[in-house]
This record gives sequence, C-alpha cells and structure tokens, in this order.
Amino acid sequence: MNETEQNPVMAAMQARSSEALRAPRISIRGVDFFYGTNKALKSIDLDLPDRQVTGMIGPSGCGKSTLLRVLNRMYDLYPGQRAVGQVMMDGANILDPGMDLNQLRSRVGMVFQKPTPFPMTIYENIAFGVKLHERLAKAAMDERVEWSLTRAALWGEVKDRLNSSAMGLSGGQQQRLCIARTIAVRPEVILLDEPTSALDPISTLKIEELIDELKQDFTIAIVTHNMQQAARCADQVAFFYLGELVEVGTATQMFTAPRERRTQEYITGRFG
Amino acid sequence: MSAAALSLTGPARDARVAGLLSRRRKLVDGLVKLLCIAATAMGLALLASILFTLLFRGVSALGLHVFTDITRPPGSNGGLLNAIVGSLVQTMVGAAIGTPIGLMVGTYLSEYARTSALGNAVRFVSDVLLSAPSILIGLFVYTILVEPFGGFSGIAGCVALAVIVVPIVVRTTEDMLRLIPTELREAAVAVGAPKWRVIVLICYRAALDGIATGVLLAVARVAGETAPLLFTSLGNLNWSLSMTQPMSSLPVTIYQYAGSAFDDWVDLAWAGALLITFGVLALNIVARVVLRPRA
Ligand SMILES: Nc1ncnc2c1ncn2[C@@H]1O[C@H](COP(=O)(O)OP(=O)(O)O)[C@@H](O)[C@H]1O
Ligand SMILES: [Mg+2]
Repeated sequence: MNETEQNPVMAAMQARSSEALRAPRISIRGVDFFYGTNKALKSIDLDLPDRQVTGMIGPSGCGKSTLLRVLNRMYDLYPGQRAVGQVMMDGANILDPGMDLNQLRSRVGMVFQKPTPFPMTIYENIAFGVKLHERLAKAAMDERVEWSLTRAALWGEVKDRLNSSAMGLSGGQQQRLCIARTIAVRPEVILLDEPTSALDPISTLKIEELIDELKQDFTIAIVTHNMQQAARCADQVAFFYLGELVEVGTATQMFTAPRERRTQEYITGRFG
Repeated sequence: MSAAALSLTGPARDARVAGLLSRRRKLVDGLVKLLCIAATAMGLALLASILFTLLFRGVSALGLHVFTDITRPPGSNGGLLNAIVGSLVQTMVGAAIGTPIGLMVGTYLSEYARTSALGNAVRFVSDVLLSAPSILIGLFVYTILVEPFGGFSGIAGCVALAVIVVPIVVRTTEDMLRLIPTELREAAVAVGAPKWRVIVLICYRAALDGIATGVLLAVARVAGETAPLLFTSLGNLNWSLSMTQPMSSLPVTIYQYAGSAFDDWVDLAWAGALLITFGVLALNIVARVVLRPRA
C-alpha cells in the first residue's frame, strides 16, 4: 500500500485494475496495410473496448499511426496506400469500398500530433465540422460550441475571445481546441496520435485529465511514446513492433506482467 | 599522444607560408567585396537616374488638366483623362477575367493534378506563357478577336491583358497552395469535410495573402503593358468607354506621344510615365507591406 502511494504510475494503474475491459466498439480482424508494396501492418487483430482508452505503444515506425489512419480511412487520400482485412464497427466493415467516408469521419474523429487549428476564428473552428453534418440554428450552434469547448476544458480560457483567430492561442490551447473541434461533431470514437508530444508538461497533464473525462462518452485510441502516459490514461495497452501487434492486455497486465519478452524490454526502456 | 597520431598532423606549420596565404586571402576577399559594391552602386545609380529624370520631366508636365482633359491635337492643351480611364478599365477587366481562370488552373495543378501527365503538361504550357513575349500575346488576340470581328476593340485589349494575368495567377496560386501543410488538409478531412470544402474553406483562407499578393503583382505587371494593346485596343484619341470600339490607354498614349515631334505631347508622355510608375510602385508596396504573409 505504502509503495503504491509513492509511485503515482503504479497507483493510477492499480486504481484501474479492477475495471474489466468492455465489449468492443471496433473490431480489427486480419488487417494488412501497404504503402505501395511495402507492408506496414501485418495481420492485426485488435478490439477497441467501448468507452475505454486503448493505448498504442511501440518504437517509431512500428505502424501505430498507420493503424489509426486505417480506422478513419485517412490513407484513402493517397493513391498507393491500401488496407485489406476487416474493421468492424456497428456491424459494417469500415474498409468496405462503398463506405461513406465523410460520414465515417464524423463518427471516428482524429486529433493529430501537431495542433492544427484552421485559419479562422475559434468559434468557426468548432462550427466548421458541425456544419458539415448538421443544420443548426444560431442558438443551437452557440450551445454546441460552448458544450464542446467546455468538454475540452477550454471554455473558461476562450469564452471572451470566440471571435478572434485560433492561431493566437498557445500550443496547449490549440490542441484542446482541436479536441473540442473533434468532439463537437459528436463522434463515437476519437483517435489521438501522440497528442501531447509537442506540448509542455502542464498542457500535457491537462490533456491527460481530459482524456480520462472524455472516455465516459467516447471510445478512445491514443498513440503515445510515453509509458507513464499510457499507464495513466489507458485501460487497454497494445504493443506494436515492426508492423505486428506483439501483445495486448489491460494496462495493469501489460505493465506489471507482460507475457512477451519484447514487450518487457520495450516497457523497461531497453530498446525503442 | 602516440607517434602515429602525431604523424597524421604532418610537419609543423611554416609561419612564412601561413602569412602569405593569409595575406592573399584578405586581398581576394577585399577585391570581391569591392566588385560587389561597385556592381550594386552601378545598378542603384541607373535606377536613381531613371527615377530622377522621370520625376524631373514628369512633375513639371503634371497639372490638373492632365486628369480633367482628354487627349487633344498638339498645341491645344489636352490631358490624359481618356488614357487614364482606359488603362484603369482594361487593367481591371483584364484582371477580372484572368484571375478566376488562373485561380482555378492553379487549384487544379496543386490539388488535383500534382503529379499527373495532364497536370505536368498544363504547368509547362502555363510556364511558357509566363515568359512569352507580350507582343506575341497581342498578335494572338489580334487573330482571334480583332480580325474576325472587324476592328480594334477595348474588349480585345482586356482579353490580351487577361492572357498575361492567367499564368502569373496560376503560378502564385499553385505555389501558395503547395505551401499549406499536409496536416492542415488532413485535419479538415478528419472532421468529415469533402475535398472541395477543404480547398475552398481551408486552403484558400490559409493561402489568401499569398494569392492576393500574386494578383496585385499581376495587375501591376499588365498596367504597364504596351505591346499587347497596340494590336488589340489600339488607342483612341477621343473619349470612349465602349468595349467594341478602340480604347485609349496610358502605355500606348505614351508610346505615341513620346515619339512625336510636338513638345506638349512629349511633356504629356512624361506625365503619363510618371503616373504609371507611381501607380505600379503603389501596387507593389501594398502587395509587399499590407499583404506580407504573417508569421
Ligand atoms: N507515407 C508513407 N509512405 C511510405 N511508407 C510510410 C509512409 N508513412 C509511414 N510509412 C512507413 O510505415 C511504417 C509505419 O509508420 P508509422 O505508422 O508512421 O509508424 P509509427 O507511427 O508507429 O511511428 C514505417 O516503416 C514507415 O517508414
Ligand atoms: Mg506515428
């Protein structure tokens, strides 16, 4: 008991150890991914449990971003990139060629490594995505903007400057704006690709708290290079290596009793 | 240190040789610097003398009548009103025709055909057009708009200027759109935006300053064009704003007046040259200062 109090990472994990993984929201089955002829993902099987956080870890270039970009079909922008296999969500295969991509992306949102505010006002940044999928009256839109900024823990800081440019926000604020922009569309799943790697420690902490809060309503997948972040945020942790999913389990199991030697070595910092 | 490591550094430096080399380096350095300064001074002196002559001759010829009176026969104290207005009209209409076309072609090249064979062909043709002598463009419009329709016309002048505007706008639009980071496009796609909305609502907004600068510079460029207008709108000594009639313009009027034997016409040519130069200068300053890309 004394030991867990001293080590916040262990404490955070143990607080979660009782929580079992829920039924999957997204089921990935036998997914291969190709950049041209270069195979970047090899037969991935992974479930993203509903309204829980899946942390994806592994050394650079192991395919974590690639897998996220499969889940919202972002790779479709680039000819030559191709995924095969099944990604089931609500009984439909996301990889189905007939999939309505814009609608898919309204259900599977994404936040990037570098904050990417649109060159417009804070208000317009949020409204941009909402307008693509819903017809809202001004009052309803105001409400949605306030709701999403509040959920992203940014409302208090920007409520007096909604009509000034989003480019004037700090990096941490910009990243929370990007999160607000994503949840404003009310997706079911949120993908975060190293969302804090460009931020200072305080902004990082805020985003981590935010993720903890958001998982009540959203299924979340987060790529991170920071083991402590994975331990703090994730319910489930998946370890990737050279395009393969080496091991997946609850955060506690992965950090205290990994089954694979490569997982153990990566987590303890012996490579990566 | 071991003997082997020492031998790598070679024999000790000869102080006399080192001094010689050092002196030679300084000499060459000084010489190159001197040449650069001299070349710069020469360029600046030329520019200054042009501007000075222009100011000296132009200002003394300038007067209210230049702006209020139209061109008149020699000796009857005419102005340049029709030429000024004609230039404004043809430049504006030319830019208004050329800008949207250039914008769309530039968008096509950057967003839809970055690497396709057709895109490369269009880019090549546009670049050729960019450096084509403007008199060729005048002749081209002459054959398609002047000859078949039986006469010189304002609209032919506008089209000739538009043909010059298009490749400039194509170039800047493509360049500015290409500068937009992939992440910004992907971020817009990630909230479910279709491609055309990403282009119109995100990319254009991000590239607005750069594209506007390109358009202004294109306007500045065509405002001073003479050759394409000689074969198209020809010039008109009377007041006319009809697009189907020959239309006057400052550059063509300067060309005609400056070569004439009448002193008052030559003076007016200087005044017109001064007007164009400062108009173009003002456009350039606006483009560079007001629309400077924000960091
Ligand atoms: N656009 C691309 N074209 C070709 N290969 C790529 C591209 N993006 C990533 N890759 C390759 O795919 C592999 C996985 O990359 P990525 O998913 O970005 O790794 P991670 O996010 O885990 O660092 C790497 O080997 C990388 O070189
Ligand atoms: Mg990555």
